[in-house]
Amino acid sequence: MNAVWPQLAANPLTWLTLTLVVYQAAHWLWRRGRMNPLLNPVLLSIATISAILTLTGIDYARYFSGAHLLHFLLGPATVALAIPLYRQLGQLLRSVWALAAGLLAGSVAAILASLALGWGLGASRQTIMSLAPKSVTSPIAMGIAEQIGGLPSLTAVLVILTGIAGAVGGGWLLDRLHVHDDRARGVAMGTAAHGIGTARALQMGEVTGAFSGLAMGLNGIATALLTPVLVKWLMG
Amino acid sequence: MNVLGSITVLLVCQLIGETIAKVFTLPVPGPVIGMVLLFLGLVIRRGLPTDLDKTATFLLSQLSLLFIPAGVGVVVHAKLIASEWLPISAALVLGTAITIAVTGLTMTALLKLRKGSRQ
Repeated sequence: MNAVWPQLAANPLTWLTLTLVVYQAAHWLWRRGRMNPLLNPVLLSIATISAILTLTGIDYARYFSGAHLLHFLLGPATVALAIPLYRQLGQLLRSVWALAAGLLAGSVAAILASLALGWGLGASRQTIMSLAPKSVTSPIAMGIAEQIGGLPSLTAVLVILTGIAGAVGGGWLLDRLHVHDDRARGVAMGTAAHGIGTARALQMGEVTGAFSGLAMGLNGIATALLTPVLVKWLMG
Repeated sequence: MNVLGSITVLLVCQLIGETIAKVFTLPVPGPVIGMVLLFLGLVIRRGLPTDLDKTATFLLSQLSLLFIPAGVGVVVHAKLIASEWLPISAALVLGTAITIAVTGLTMTALLKLRKGSRQ
């Protein structure tokens, strides 16, 4: 064991394989648990892998040297969101104004809620600025955080946690609010919870997934334009 | 077009998107521009190749797996998050709930308005 472990720990393949094994186990558990939102596979996988890294003393850079292959696939997967969108082209054109209004309202709400809750509950300025763009996809959010004085790497983590929060509670909340239209549900998931919300929305259905993917992209643009303005106006 | 061709199409769109974003210093990430380009391409072509459809559907069916490597980055900031856990968890949970509610309710109201005006 003493001879095997250093070999395993040094091999990037170990960390890629671990991610795949843990994710599939978490996915199995989620399905066994009748897709209970609290057993969200992303949440379970991140918690399990983080615990393993902490216990074995492996640093994040070493883990990422193997797992970055999956991270890389986020790019082509984002491009692939054009396909469900294209299939829903008709639906999209019929609801374009409602979509624009919902998206804009949600974008402003996301930024204001982050600023207000962070400020009201005594977070540091750096943390508040890292929270502000957390509803949009990581590359945009990190760019915004840097621009307004947040910590980009912290923002990357907060973005993922926001996505998980949306994926776990979004469906339940939309049911409680009697939002039953698939288009509105999709736009809400994509605006609030970017790609992870969209992954969940795709599981809910094709229409929900397509609208979520579109909302995710558009909210990235809206948030990039609105956040610096709102921050300057409210926080000086 | 086969599976390899489909992956190439996705990567070409991403590459063009990233180049456009860099050259014009746009605040939008390359893959999102790539998504718009592929969408426009499909609209102009008026059709979705079966293999591209299959490849995209496979990639998207495993979308949540792809967020795990970035999410594990939580270990790097564990101390900072622990020291400001209250505002951070409030912003994460309440902030996300408020965003979902505002977006969903606004869009539902407008969809109903549109339906009402047409009748």
